[in-house]
Amino acid sequence: MDTDGHAVADVAAQAAEVDTTVLSDLVGHLREKRPELRQEWATRITDAQLLRVMRPDEIFSEVTAVYDNYVDALETGSVEALQAYARDLSERIVRRGVETHEVLGIVLLLRDVLARALFVRHQGDPELLNRVLDAYEPAANRIAATVGVSFVEERERVIREQQAAIRELSTPVLQVRDRLLILPIIGVLDSQRARQLTEQLLQAIRENRAKVVVIDITGVASVDLSVANSLVQTVKACSLMGASAIITGLSSRIAQTLVDLGVDLRTMQTVGDLQGGLEEGERLLGYRVAEIDSASTEA
Amino acid sequence: MAIPILKQGPWLIASIQSALSDSEILELRDDLADMVGRRRARGIVLDVAGIDVIDSFVARSLRTIAMTTRLRGAETVIVGIQPEVAVAMVQFQLDLEPLHTALDLEEGLEVLKSRVTNGARADGR
Repeated sequence: MDTDGHAVADVAAQAAEVDTTVLSDLVGHLREKRPELRQEWATRITDAQLLRVMRPDEIFSEVTAVYDNYVDALETGSVEALQAYARDLSERIVRRGVETHEVLGIVLLLRDVLARALFVRHQGDPELLNRVLDAYEPAANRIAATVGVSFVEERERVIREQQAAIRELSTPVLQVRDRLLILPIIGVLDSQRARQLTEQLLQAIRENRAKVVVIDITGVASVDLSVANSLVQTVKACSLMGASAIITGLSSRIAQTLVDLGVDLRTMQTVGDLQGGLEEGERLLGYRVAEIDSASTEA
Repeated sequence: MAIPILKQGPWLIASIQSALSDSEILELRDDLADMVGRRRARGIVLDVAGIDVIDSFVARSLRTIAMTTRLRGAETVIVGIQPEVAVAMVQFQLDLEPLHTALDLEEGLEVLKSRVTNGARADGR
């Protein structure tokens, strides 16, 4: 956000050329009127039904902080402090479900409230009002943009974090017996996830010295051509690592799709459900599972 | 540098520790074919753990080695393919068919034992 910082500095510099005294007078006025303007802003936020997930006292304390940062940014022309505060604020409110339009809404409301205060103050002198607005508006616009961008960036960061967490969580490779792994796939499979999943699976094969892997796709809603091909690739990669892969849980719809797509399934070993897949895997590994009773009668 | 080939019972073991030049691969092929005959070996384990890229030339050479030595009476198993290498190979549709692959040396020897003692040679796998 360096560019924004510079841009704001430029705007502030222009404003300073226009009239330094106007801006400092403006800032002084906004500081003086702080209680009334802050209260009006908070009231208008409530009237517009913004930030409904927050309590009134929370809104008031945030409003105070934003107001002060806003006026400071007007005075110094530097939005860094405000930007840091906006990031921090966003981090707190993103998780509570505050929307982008609400954040933009409250900043624009503050802009309106302050602009209106300036109209009231200078209504007797249109020429001075013009000069004040010339100084105020570019800086105010830039501040609004900064806060909005900070919020959106923070939100995207949270989303990316959560996506990564979901990806990690959604592909557990589990060992059920010595040298037998299962990989239950749940949710949407796209080619990026399929690739990541293959890598995780191959690492697990090496770490556990697995010989058989059961890939269960009961939880996969649909499969398209690229995903089907990545499944075939996964199976081949497993066999390069010396492990056989068994696919289980193909729904009739997915089976139909695979046949219709003409995917080459000769290399794929499939079994109806996870239980059958495990039994097949055990058979390949030479395990025999028996009930205790029948085992003892046999012995 | 020639790749050392170790003899262990009826098996030959060649471990490739680093990327190979084309001529080194051809040399390995000739050495193996020669040793299979002289040492009366029944199987070969080729450990490729040290190779971080298996391109089409290497893949074809590995296939050639296996087919050549099979004609001389020994089965070949490739072991130690790294996960990243496996992913890259399937993406570039490089196939080692009809070669056998196994996880590591120990597994490779198991595969050889079961295949050679069962007398199963050309079952198409």
